Amino acid sequence: MELRKGIAVSPGIAIARAMVIDSKDYRIPRRSIMASQRAGEIKRVRLAFADAIRELDQIQTAKRIEEGSIRDIFAVHMRFLRDKRFLKRVTDYIEKELVTAEYAVSAILREIASHFEKVDDVYISERAADIYDIERRLLTHLLGKVAEEVEHLREEVVIVAHDLAPTQTASFNKTFVKGFATERGGRTSHTAIIARSLGIPAVVALEDLMSCVTAQSTVIIDGNRGVVVIDPDEATLEEYRAHARRFTEFEHELDGFRDIPAVTRDGVPITLLGNVEFPDEAEVVLQKGGQGIGLYRTEFLYLYGGTEPTEDDHYHAYSEVARLMNGKPIVIRTMDLGADKVPHTNRHPQEANPVLGLRSIRYCLQNLPLFKTQLRAILRASTLGDVRVMFPLITTMQELRQAKMILRDVMEDLDEYGVPYNAQMPVGIMIETPSSALTAGLLATESDFFSIGTNDLIQYTLAVDRGNEHVSTMYSAAEPAVLYLIRSVIHDANKAGIGLSVCGEMASEPEFVMLLLGMGVRMLSMAPPLIPEVKKIVCSVTIEECNLLARKVATLDSQRQIKNLLRDAAGRILPVEY
Amino acid sequence: MSEPVAEIEVEIQNEEGLHLRPAVQFVDVASRFRSAITVSHGSVQADAKSVMEMTLLAAACGSRLKIRAVGPDASDAVAALGELVAKNFPPTSKPAEAKKEG
Repeated sequence: MELRKGIAVSPGIAIARAMVIDSKDYRIPRRSIMASQRAGEIKRVRLAFADAIRELDQIQTAKRIEEGSIRDIFAVHMRFLRDKRFLKRVTDYIEKELVTAEYAVSAILREIASHFEKVDDVYISERAADIYDIERRLLTHLLGKVAEEVEHLREEVVIVAHDLAPTQTASFNKTFVKGFATERGGRTSHTAIIARSLGIPAVVALEDLMSCVTAQSTVIIDGNRGVVVIDPDEATLEEYRAHARRFTEFEHELDGFRDIPAVTRDGVPITLLGNVEFPDEAEVVLQKGGQGIGLYRTEFLYLYGGTEPTEDDHYHAYSEVARLMNGKPIVIRTMDLGADKVPHTNRHPQEANPVLGLRSIRYCLQNLPLFKTQLRAILRASTLGDVRVMFPLITTMQELRQAKMILRDVMEDLDEYGVPYNAQMPVGIMIETPSSALTAGLLATESDFFSIGTNDLIQYTLAVDRGNEHVSTMYSAAEPAVLYLIRSVIHDANKAGIGLSVCGEMASEPEFVMLLLGMGVRMLSMAPPLIPEVKKIVCSVTIEECNLLARKVATLDSQRQIKNLLRDAAGRILPVEY
Repeated sequence: MSEPVAEIEVEIQNEEGLHLRPAVQFVDVASRFRSAITVSHGSVQADAKSVMEMTLLAAACGSRLKIRAVGPDASDAVAALGELVAKNFPPTSKPAEAKKEG
């Protein structure tokens, strides 16, 4: 039994077999198998060799490779892949050492490469790079098969990985994935967001996780306490089953809040909305008592499948959500990916600093056909319900004006073809950079609503990468600088009389709900499974209490003090399971 | 009746040594023969038809190798491989097609 502590990012308890997803970009850890799995792993190696050979053949036939050095590299790869002694060395290693196919491939090729590196001859020692290349080629095929397996799961598993990319999670068979545990990540990383939207537990930032889990490990993911147990003993298993039962009971209690309006004890109504990514999550919003969709992320359209989404792809997704929501508000956020994440394009060179680079609205403003396609679909869908559009990552007034001008262009196009749309469709922006927060008063004059995206706002204000486990503890919504910006945005929005919501993770963290209400927020948008819990908090407090708390927080100078104060306040309302 | 055996000693003289490209050439030539061919570099022995084992010989410029063939075409094999080394692995004119193996 092994125990690892990390950051709990999505509540709940899952107990299931581990599905381990290795990455070819990180060293493959030694992972044991049972004697009965030997034949299976050897077969996987043989298949990977055969697939790699087929791939090389295809590349060679597809383009006549004239350049001598490339031709030589291909020839070397091919000879290695066809070398029976090489294949035997890998399969013998599995046979003898009882390890996974991935580890055997990696270990043997690294052994060969290290042999080269030791040779005191620059020509030979440089060849190690070619050997690592062969390792990557084989691992790509081995891991590709794993990805297919996750798509076609037939039993419940928890996913254990170094890190998960949006392109990976998009293709998971979500019915059978019961939890996530990753080595990388923070509270607002992609893994965390997906886990919360699916309502499954997740723990991230787990050090040295990959090396202690095997393919047949049973793993407990405790998303309440941030603990992962690998191969638990019977007593631990029993203890966690009891935890899981208590947690389910708590959730059932929360279900009682579904049909109760979200009104504070002193009669102030609060609007609770859901953040969704996939159209079927709209149903979860309704099930959990959400009053609409405060953030409809559209990135999945770009990450799924191999081609850029067509206008009809967009329209189908939006109209499906509009049909399900049946007149309740839907805020569609336009594409929020970075150039490094748009899979259909290789027009853009790698950026040294993608978070500060060509991403989100900036990417859209430089790729007008892609942007207009999405806007056309949103406008067409605007006749099907209360559809609103929101631009992410607006940094300057000029950007907002440009985006709105393009929206007007698209409206004119639709006019020309006589396609109906809602000309009064509200247009809002996300406030998620210090720049937009500081100029919120100006931006409010040309926006119909604001939504504060706390995840990016915190990251940019504190200059902390939320996914970097070395600094992620510095990432905190309770930092006075962050709260100062949020307070001023709320003030500017109220002064201009425009709508304001908070849609970042902060809106659903129990300890921050009272503070946000006290700061004047009346609309919160969150992962749908968290709506009942937040509603319970809303129904348990008075605005007066919240105001008092917010005033007290404003006098404190460290995030630690603020966090403690908020936790105490929330602790009086919520049970210990949190 | 024992099978024909042939042996030759060669010195690697091309500057780059027996790195991957020359090893591939060596393996391609060796694979044309039915004989079992081994190459020794000091105490290390390699199957001349395995690119992995040949590269692991890590024979740099100046290394002395012993090539030994056992089989019906042993002497032809040894002669062809000896010539390849003696000529310092001349670049092949057209892309060396990987031989399909059974």
